[in-house]
Amino acid sequence: MMTSLLEVKDLCLDYGAVRALNHVSLKVEENEIVAVLGANGAGKTSLLKAISGLVRPSEGSIHFKGDDLSRIQACSLASRGIAHVPEGRRVFSTLSVRENLLLGKYGVRNSREKADLDSLEERVYALFPILKDRRRQLAGTLSGGEQQMLAIGRALVSSPSLLLLDEPSLGLAPIIVQEIFGLIKKIHEEEKVAILLVEQNARKALKAASRAYILELGKMVVSGSSADLAQDPRVRAAYLGTKACRDRNGIPT
Amino acid sequence: MFFDKGRKVSTFIEQLVNGLTVGSFYALVALGYSMVYGVMKLINFAHGDLFALGAYLGYSLLTGATGKITASMGLWGGMAFTAFLVALSVALAGVLVERIAYRPVYPSGRLSLVVSALGMAIFIQNAVMAIWGSRPRAFPASVVPSLRFSLFGIPVTLLQVTILGISFALMLAIWLIVEKSSFGAAVRAAALDRETATLLGIDVRKVIFFVFALGPGLGGVAGLMNGLYYRAISFNMGWNYGLKAFTATILGGIGNIPGAMLGGLILGVVESLLAGYVSGAWKDVFVFILLIAILIFRPRGLLGEKTAEKV
Repeated sequence: MMTSLLEVKDLCLDYGAVRALNHVSLKVEENEIVAVLGANGAGKTSLLKAISGLVRPSEGSIHFKGDDLSRIQACSLASRGIAHVPEGRRVFSTLSVRENLLLGKYGVRNSREKADLDSLEERVYALFPILKDRRRQLAGTLSGGEQQMLAIGRALVSSPSLLLLDEPSLGLAPIIVQEIFGLIKKIHEEEKVAILLVEQNARKALKAASRAYILELGKMVVSGSSADLAQDPRVRAAYLGTKACRDRNGIPT
Repeated sequence: MFFDKGRKVSTFIEQLVNGLTVGSFYALVALGYSMVYGVMKLINFAHGDLFALGAYLGYSLLTGATGKITASMGLWGGMAFTAFLVALSVALAGVLVERIAYRPVYPSGRLSLVVSALGMAIFIQNAVMAIWGSRPRAFPASVVPSLRFSLFGIPVTLLQVTILGISFALMLAIWLIVEKSSFGAAVRAAALDRETATLLGIDVRKVIFFVFALGPGLGGVAGLMNGLYYRAISFNMGWNYGLKAFTATILGGIGNIPGAMLGGLILGVVESLLAGYVSGAWKDVFVFILLIAILIFRPRGLLGEKTAEKV
């Protein structure tokens, strides 16, 4: 059997008495975009935090490139090739754009060719030219969309093999969401990186991903190819908001 | 005095140099408050007493059995070596304070931390008293360089010039590390958002170790220089210096490194000028009136918060 890039098995996560993830399993193969959809509080962010070691699962396993991640420090995952773009962008507002970007390779500084990473900085500027123009500005002065680009760029300079994206469309204008998803596809094609995308914007996420999982109250309820899921009546009703789910008076429930 | 313009100017400059010297002690201590606050959002009340610990360790090294240091390495070599040992031991004490008094109570929230910090301050102060006694100690004249000379017409002591030189060199070094190095960027990032810093591969434990070693290390050296400058040290000196340096930290903008340095120097100069021209007995009153005024009119301090956070 070939090992997947990322394999999450029977993962359970508890916050005190509250079970946030209940026997969740998922796989991400090399160079693949996988989406995890779900409503607020479904456990999407908890899942990503468990993968990157910010929270410790109570049961189950996470393997990355065949290695068990359960005993690995969160701060050493960047050097293993996992880059996590957190929800809400979280750029360092009083640091300059360039300082933010350079911090992306902080964790991998010693373990890889520095020249490689320098050229990555240029590639990030090529992907997001606006960041190059604003590299001396404080990151807090950027617009929401630009901050999202910076957060993604900061993750890319570590040359990851897996990119975890937590709600990249959150709080952005529709036209900017369009742009960000265009960039995600471009990054996937040009940088040959696998992406695990967590989204509430199901329509956009299904379009970008090849496969998707649906998380409801901490449980994986549906999984399959994006094309199948987009046709699934339950998914259409609950996440794509098309037909089905209206009452007699035509009011959505 | 008012009829002699030249004399008036030279008195002013003398007060200014005195103020800068005292201000550089405040600045070095303020750096420790500010760095720890920046990363931990904690006011390390034990910091002033670590400053006092530095003064006493320096006193023992220069006068005690190890007084041979100065004899064998010469006055300056011995002094430099003493400063190095003081910095190292107070840095170690700072790290121990974090391990013993703060780390176990992180999960219990900020109030517990503040209480623990106050407890640590009292503990260190009493430990110093238990070891060195409650009577003030005096640095013997033999270990203090006493040369006086005139620099561009300003009467200064060699000790003053040395203290100013070392303080400014230390401040420049800290500024370069924090603002220009990649580790400094990691420290600032961890101060803003620990979780995201961790995701980028920054080991926050190393950052915490760094601020709790460097801040007290600087404070210890400031304590030693303070002892050499005034010649007399007392076990409770950390309280007053801690409060003044804390005021300087607020004045510059807490959590802001250049702000701490600027705040310390301004505070020293203001205090010294007011003491010289208005009343020496009231100088502490002026300092704390200044603190109240900052808190009312510019609570973020002179250099605090360069940008508004975007939400």
